[in-house]
Amino acid sequence: MAPIIRSSPAFAFLVFQISLIFSAFTLPYSSGSEDSYTITGRVNIPPSNVIGHTAKFSNVKVILNGGQSVTFLRPDGYFTFHKVPAGTHLIEVSAMGYFFSPVRVDVSARHHGKVHATLTETRRSLTELVLEPLREEQYYEIREPFSILSIVKSPMGLMVGFMVVVVFLMPKLMENIDPEEMKQAQEEMRRQGVPSLSSLLPSAGASR
Amino acid sequence: MAMAIRVCLLLLVFLSSAIVSFSLYEDQVGLMDWHQRYIGKVKHAVFHTQKTGRKRVIVSTEENVVASLDLRHGEIFWRHVLGTKDAIDGVDIALGKYVITLSSQGSMLRAWNLPDGQMVWETSLHSAQSSKSLLSVPINLKADKDYPILVFGGGYLHAVSAIDGEVLWKKDFTAEGFEVQRVLQPPESSVIYVLGFLHSSEAVVYQIDSKTGEVVAQKSMVFPGGFSGEISSVSSDKVVVLDSTRSILVTIGFLDGDISFHKTPISDLVEDSGNAEILSPLLSDMLAVKVSKRTMFVRVGGEGKLEVVDSLSDETAMSDSLPVADDQVAFASVHHEGSKIHLMVKLVDDLDTVLLRESIQMDQHRGRVHKVFINNYIKTDRSNGFRALIVMEDHSLLLLQQGAIVWSREEGLASVTDVTTAELPVEKDGVSVAKVEHTLVDWLKGHVLKLKGSLLLASPEDVAAIQEMRMQSSGRSKLTRDHNGFRKLFIALTRAGKLFALHTGDGRIVWSMLLNSPSKSEACERPSGISLYQWQVPHHHAMDENPSVLVVGRCGSDSSAPGVLSLVDVYTGKEISSSDIGHSVVQVMPLPFTDSTEQRLHLIADTEGHVHLYPKTSEALSIFQREFQNVYWYTVEGDDGIIRGHAMKSSCAGETADEYCFTTRELWTVVFPSESEKIISTLTRKPNEVVHTQAKVSTDQDVLYKYVSRNLLFVATVSPKGAGEIGSVTPEESALVVYLIDTITGRILHRLSHQGCQGPVHAVFSENWVVYHYFNLRAHKYEVTVVEIYDQSRAENKNVWKLVLGKHNLTAPISSYSRPEMFTKSQSYFFAQSVKTIAVTSTAKGITSKQLLIGTIGDQILALDKRFVDPRRTLNPSQAEKEEGIIPLTDSLPIIPQSYITHSLKVEGLRGIVTAPAKLESTTHVFAYGVDLFYTRLAPSKTYDSLTDDFSYALLLITIVALVAAIYITWVISEKRELSEKWR
Repeated sequence: MAPIIRSSPAFAFLVFQISLIFSAFTLPYSSGSEDSYTITGRVNIPPSNVIGHTAKFSNVKVILNGGQSVTFLRPDGYFTFHKVPAGTHLIEVSAMGYFFSPVRVDVSARHHGKVHATLTETRRSLTELVLEPLREEQYYEIREPFSILSIVKSPMGLMVGFMVVVVFLMPKLMENIDPEEMKQAQEEMRRQGVPSLSSLLPSAGASR
Repeated sequence: MAMAIRVCLLLLVFLSSAIVSFSLYEDQVGLMDWHQRYIGKVKHAVFHTQKTGRKRVIVSTEENVVASLDLRHGEIFWRHVLGTKDAIDGVDIALGKYVITLSSQGSMLRAWNLPDGQMVWETSLHSAQSSKSLLSVPINLKADKDYPILVFGGGYLHAVSAIDGEVLWKKDFTAEGFEVQRVLQPPESSVIYVLGFLHSSEAVVYQIDSKTGEVVAQKSMVFPGGFSGEISSVSSDKVVVLDSTRSILVTIGFLDGDISFHKTPISDLVEDSGNAEILSPLLSDMLAVKVSKRTMFVRVGGEGKLEVVDSLSDETAMSDSLPVADDQVAFASVHHEGSKIHLMVKLVDDLDTVLLRESIQMDQHRGRVHKVFINNYIKTDRSNGFRALIVMEDHSLLLLQQGAIVWSREEGLASVTDVTTAELPVEKDGVSVAKVEHTLVDWLKGHVLKLKGSLLLASPEDVAAIQEMRMQSSGRSKLTRDHNGFRKLFIALTRAGKLFALHTGDGRIVWSMLLNSPSKSEACERPSGISLYQWQVPHHHAMDENPSVLVVGRCGSDSSAPGVLSLVDVYTGKEISSSDIGHSVVQVMPLPFTDSTEQRLHLIADTEGHVHLYPKTSEALSIFQREFQNVYWYTVEGDDGIIRGHAMKSSCAGETADEYCFTTRELWTVVFPSESEKIISTLTRKPNEVVHTQAKVSTDQDVLYKYVSRNLLFVATVSPKGAGEIGSVTPEESALVVYLIDTITGRILHRLSHQGCQGPVHAVFSENWVVYHYFNLRAHKYEVTVVEIYDQSRAENKNVWKLVLGKHNLTAPISSYSRPEMFTKSQSYFFAQSVKTIAVTSTAKGITSKQLLIGTIGDQILALDKRFVDPRRTLNPSQAEKEEGIIPLTDSLPIIPQSYITHSLKVEGLRGIVTAPAKLESTTHVFAYGVDLFYTRLAPSKTYDSLTDDFSYALLLITIVALVAAIYITWVISEKRELSEKWR
């Protein structure tokens, strides 16, 4: 693989950066004593459109083995765990607004503290210990924007709707009925003495 | 018609099976919840008061918090909670822009950006052994020159660059067994003096080049008496120590590398010689010594001569010395006198010159002054002004300035150890405090605003107005009981031995009190509180009695130390009585009996195997005698892996015994093999939990009877190798075994083993189920397992004919001795986070479905519906099962961000979650404590029994008006029509 490098300083710098990250990761870290190593990694939070995540790095914690040790991020996003024995460990990232998968980290004693990392949620193996959030977390329910439908759906809306149906559709239905039948029905009603709507209201009675 | 019923039923099923998550709108924050941020008891404080910019004080605390506080108001600018094993040893400011913290016994050095708290660098220092640690940050005179930070810890002396944390050099002292006591960096000098003791009998002074770390010179001298370790450095070339007998003060001069001793017996200084103690403050050319409760100021003369210049009789707290103008050095001392404290700032050279003398009224319940930190500022008339930051016995932090308390922080609440709930007083008739909205117009306006808010038409000002209105209208901070039981008190006991009553409405402190020892003896000045119990909860008779809580304390940290009982009135916060009980406290057991005044009977077990009955009244005794044979309890000996069951035997014999003391007999023991199993967690059900239904009807008309017993103990054991941290063990070596043990008979009812798993185990036990969280080493993921216990013996009662003919055993008495026929169902799921604690919601009648409250490693609390941890979940539930609300089985439990009940807040350092039922069945109180406090009200199945707060009354009103208008219009129309018809 030979990428064509147009001699752009920025690009070269980027490559340099990447190689730095890579070397930082792959280089064996064995300090002083035989069986304790250092895990170095980086947390990368992609720039988000959600407002309020500007001071993001200062409130991120990186937790080893469920609280055995806790560390914080440097301004460039790097974190380090010191004096970690060889074995299989678990790294978790606690950052408000993001969900990070816990990372299984194997520190090999045979390869002088070479680190192998796997995301436990997706079972994806990481070539370098750069942790990225699986997803953003929205802690609040988002209010649905104002819509006629939401009003109509509410109990009161249903009530009004029902009334509208009765007021405007019922006469229509009445019209559809044969006028003679209608008259018959009305006469029947009168005979039975069922009061009409107007006579129901006392004021209507008075006005008569 | 049948169709309509079917639709209705379907709708019901749909409603009941819809998963209700907690979910909150952003503008509802603070409506039902409150959050308080604390830091803990301050250990070190460094002022940062430049002429420009905000004035701050940087503090480190016993809760492993480093924080920057606003000096004007006491608010937190930023704060970091370090890991639990990362205790802070020292804090200072370097280069005027970095906060340097030394933690983990001098092996971790971090720099934080002063304005925003961003970590700048972190350096792990090499350490070989545990030792005391020292942090020495040079005072930068010239900003361009980088003086190294000197750190001693773990046998090594490191010089670290303040700019990037690079270790410049290190010096190994481990081989010699050398204990560094003081590192002195004379200004404008390239030589560092390192003074220490070798085997605490030989004083050694190294002169080290500050650039390279090479030893320039080394001198040592043996002191025949040996040192006691306490040291006070009085000037740049002199220190004072006590010898091993604590009766001679030794002045060690190490001018230019030569060591000289100068002995002064304490009896020469004062008549009543006793064991002396050097107090910690750093005073220049001066020494504070405490001899038999008197604090003496001893001036160190030119040739190491000591003379007493002043003495104070009272217990006095002192600050370090502080350079003030004109090469003078001042220090502050604070002492108590009655209900006042006196703050004095004096010059070290001339103790008669009092720069400042202030008396401040102080709350009795704050106790004594523990620490003083002072800072000076230049007043407008160019004289020196002083401000003092004081730490009180109850851990509170106060800033004193110009004779007044500028601000105070109740930092005791950062170390809550136990919590219980209490009711507020009933509202008296005629003294109605309820304030209804002023006029109808205001009321309408308010609701129109609310309507606008809910329709997203509100402007930011409107939103603020709505919030304010909601806060006021609900009357949530009133001090009386409400109809729904939303207003309650949470009584919290803190590590300092102080009780706080917090109001659920707004989280304010209703009252607080510091526990007093009844005896006032030397040994037990302040008992440390262990636990809290509800002593008296009047509800039926004895309504006129105030409820009270029982605080069980201990004189000293040892478990065999004598106990102290204290009864505190919940309404007033006054101590009703307190007594030395004269025996130790191992276990406190509230009994399910109360006397005629609703005082609950308690049994307290001591170390000698006796139990004592409280309250010590004849009535309580007679109640207890009746139930004498039915009292059982168990003890867990975690180290030996033994669980024992006990029962009552007889009254105590012997001279000292009274009639309230009883001996016990051992009924059963369960011994776990120590080579393969170690107890890591035990748990029982909450004694006051209410279970509504004993049976569970499944879809195929099958009935499952819950095995609901108060005498079940959940025990989790793990292989000894797997008891450590994750990563210390391979899957083959570790196994987790859980047991369900009947605590009356000692019978093991159920045993479940998880191969390749390890702790820590966090469990919750409710009704007939246990849910526990542990680590699966094979999958390298956390797992949650649910175990549900059902009663087999009652399972035959399904047949209706048997019920009709009376051939059922439902009315048969249930005995705790009988061997229960039970079966269990269990299921496991993955869970994507570490867990700190788990709790479960509790409601008044137990009808509402339950939610698990999971305190995650990120200090958030996740509400997880119990239906997610139901062993009846299958991959493809049938239609009937779906209608019943069974969720299809997934391999991991979902983490829905909207169901974090802490929404976008964190309960830093979360330690526990307490739930308490409200009177309204749908609602439960949740209180979480750690370094922070958080409270909210939860409705696990939504508030089905009341209208929500954001119910739009305005919309209802508008609808009614619209309906009335419509009726009127239709009436008019019909009238016209009728008329026209008549004309026709």
